[in-house]
Amino acid sequence: MLEALMKIFGKTDKSSQQIAHDRLKVVLIHDRANVSPEVMEHLKNDIIKVISNYMEIDQNEMEISLANDADSVALVANIPVHNMKHGSDKKH
Amino acid sequence: MSEVIVITSGKGGVGKTTTTANLGVGLAMRGKKVVLIDTDTGLRNLDLLLGLERRIVYTLVDVIQKRATYEQALVRHKKYTNLFLLPTSQVADKTAINPEQMAELIAQMRNDFDYILIDCPAGIEQGFQTAIIGADWAIVVTMPEISAVRDADKIIGRLQAEHKEIKLIVNRIRPQMVKEGTMLDMTSIDDILSIECIGQVPDDEKVVDSANRGVPVVEWDSSQAGQAYRNIVGRMCGEKISFMEFPTEGFFTRLKHVFGH
Repeated sequence: MLEALMKIFGKTDKSSQQIAHDRLKVVLIHDRANVSPEVMEHLKNDIIKVISNYMEIDQNEMEISLANDADSVALVANIPVHNMKHGSDKKH
Repeated sequence: MSEVIVITSGKGGVGKTTTTANLGVGLAMRGKKVVLIDTDTGLRNLDLLLGLERRIVYTLVDVIQKRATYEQALVRHKKYTNLFLLPTSQVADKTAINPEQMAELIAQMRNDFDYILIDCPAGIEQGFQTAIIGADWAIVVTMPEISAVRDADKIIGRLQAEHKEIKLIVNRIRPQMVKEGTMLDMTSIDDILSIECIGQVPDDEKVVDSANRGVPVVEWDSSQAGQAYRNIVGRMCGEKISFMEFPTEGFFTRLKHVFGH
């Protein structure tokens, strides 16, 4: 009955129209960049490796994602830094 | 000098061939000299939609393989004598024609028509490359469905890589579903694909009826889809035509549906 009423008034919490739009936005970023989730995971691990040579980072809180605007794709990384490593800690 | 336009989509079944037939007839109704080239070798259907399936003697494959001239292969439309079909073979496959051969043929045909419309096969393989190579610009046909929009995006990427200008046709829109929020709307599709839209065609039973008869719906005054196609033709000819408003059911009709009759 509630569902019937919602149908009459055209109200649901999130329309499938909106869901389709949101899902497409995400999948197309990856399609366009030709990057699979596995590649992103490898990339993330490699970034951790390199940055860890210079600073202590919070691996659990770090986020790596692709974002796009009109005609370009950007790699966006948010990497919380705990501490800088100095001098002899730095490996080459 | 012709304007050469490829009609493509990536996904099958979204209405490439229907669009090609309707735009071709629509342009011919305005007196333009038009040729429609079917490149869906092995799965040809443009002949059926135009009611020309029994008049085919030579095909695109015969022309490419120099067994006939393209003039010999052209099938003239019964009603619009300035409209021609260059059909493809139903027995060969897409490897029968390569992009270079197609480019050469288009170059040869360019001076003889106002418009050359190329009906592209589904997919992104050789058939697609062959269909797009000679085109000045592309019409991408999609539907307000998640898979069709994704495939359209892929095709748009390929076309942009080839530096083709692109315009979008959104086909088979169901206004009632859009209104209820159960189908992607034009704002979402614009946001996702960012391609100039040249047509919004409603889902219309008359499209099936007209295909049965081999008479494209663009000729039918009473059809909403037909009107949408006539509008697209007008826009292709440089006219400013605003998009149609589609009628949807009101509150009481919906009430009736929900409670059964």
